[in-house]
Amino acid sequence: MGLSLKGLSKSYSNIQKNQSLEVLHSLDLDVETGSFVSLIGPSGCGKSTICNLLAGIEIPDSGEILLDGEAIQGTSGNFGYMPQKDLLLPWRTLIDNVLIGCEILHREKRKAQVEAKEWLNQFGLSPFSEYYPHQLSGGMRQRGALLRTILFGKKTLLLDEPFGALDALTRQEMQRWLLSIWNRTRHTVLLITHDIDEAILLSDKVIVLSQRPTRIIHEFEIPFPHPRDPDELLLSSVALDFKRQLLHLLIP
Amino acid sequence: MVITSAQVPLWLLPTPTHILKAFWETRQLIWMHTLTTLMETTMGFALAVIFSLITSGVMVLSPWLKRLLYPFLIISQTVPLIAVAPLLILWLGYGLLPKIIIVVIVCYFPVTISLIEGLELSDPDLLNLLRSMGASRWQMFYIVRWPHALPSLFAGLKIAATYSVMGAVIAEWLGSSAGLGVYLTRSSHSFLTDRVFAAIFTITALSFLYYALITILTRLALPWMHNKKRDSLE
Ligand SMILES: Nc1ncnc2c1ncn2[C@@H]1O[C@H](COP(=O)(O)OP(=O)(O)O)[C@@H](O)[C@H]1O
Ligand SMILES: [Mg+2]
Repeated sequence: MGLSLKGLSKSYSNIQKNQSLEVLHSLDLDVETGSFVSLIGPSGCGKSTICNLLAGIEIPDSGEILLDGEAIQGTSGNFGYMPQKDLLLPWRTLIDNVLIGCEILHREKRKAQVEAKEWLNQFGLSPFSEYYPHQLSGGMRQRGALLRTILFGKKTLLLDEPFGALDALTRQEMQRWLLSIWNRTRHTVLLITHDIDEAILLSDKVIVLSQRPTRIIHEFEIPFPHPRDPDELLLSSVALDFKRQLLHLLIP
Repeated sequence: MVITSAQVPLWLLPTPTHILKAFWETRQLIWMHTLTTLMETTMGFALAVIFSLITSGVMVLSPWLKRLLYPFLIISQTVPLIAVAPLLILWLGYGLLPKIIIVVIVCYFPVTISLIEGLELSDPDLLNLLRSMGASRWQMFYIVRWPHALPSLFAGLKIAATYSVMGAVIAEWLGSSAGLGVYLTRSSHSFLTDRVFAAIFTITALSFLYYALITILTRLALPWMHNKKRDSLE
């Protein structure tokens, strides 16, 4: 059970140059239900492409995407999808932004609002629920974007470099915070990142990808039990050893 | 003062007092003509906006129809108004209808162009996010495209509002029985230059009024653009 990609291939054709770019070539990948898996790989290797295929924004040339045994390739609305940009709508207040998913799914508005308010409270965003995105800091907007993703109500989340645009300190803060949220919700998560510490801190499994066409170079099981203590974990010799190996694979 | 002391004849350049006097003496006449112009501009403006909404909506939702209709949009702007207006007056008479049509032609272009530009997002990521949630075309339209288009729509409305008065006055000037354009030509033909100035001021005031109205509407419709309560943050 869970999410599995079987023989997934995707090329982009460039009409002007009349050539095609093979991004994914028969990729296999498994994410167990309730686990936190990170994909890490060089820029431009096709990580976002994998996300877009899962999210139903792109259609694979061949291969299957199975979610709990059901083929879902080419369909959308199966995952909570969070891209790197927060993409909060500037004309909506924070609370109306996080409720977009409920609106699209025609869920009952009153109930959704009550639920959203509880979550805003947990995310430390209650005082800002009536603020517009431009009035919020980068970290707050990113938390808002994650809340929008969670409130879409799917048990699997696709996070495509969610903290990539934040400054280093805010990013660390957000990683710790995501860890604490995940401890409570235990979503199945596929996280795309280029931050080695982030991958080790959050994941049960780290998958290292190659240059295009993307293959899996290596998989690391990260054996630390949950809940994790970020400071202790990242400075432990086991974590440092993972870090060394990952660096070696990514910067040969 | 400069005018009186420089001995310029009054029919060439009247003094401000003369203009005010002309304004006061013909106030009822001006008011009557203003009402006609107001009627033409408001009707024409409203019709142009309605047409714009329909056609831009259709063009954005269907690229095929856009390819079909876009040339007509350009043509509506390249046809010389000064040549079309007399024809319309010839066919439709001295009444309101030809003026309203001219105002529609003048306003339609800026509103439609800015609306289409706003509806076609430059950033596809927003639409992709909604697509990932399984949103329908219609949902993408009213959740993302429409609100995204509002600032640019209002910018177009501001341009159209000022054009509309000008369009109406020119149309009246080419043949009409009432309206500020008529007052203007009659006054100028009789060398009543003080009245010409009174007309110019009225026309300017009318354009300004429209502009102010649209500005107020913009503030009401786009609260997020004016809400700057950042102080408590960061
Ligand atoms: N819609 C597209 N059309 C053509 N080429 C694309 C498209 N999307 C991505 N690519 C190309 O595919 C490759 C992988 O992109 P992406 O998945 O975004 O990489 P990343 O691993 O950095 O997220 C890049 O070389 C990119 O230029
Ligand atoms: Mg990417």
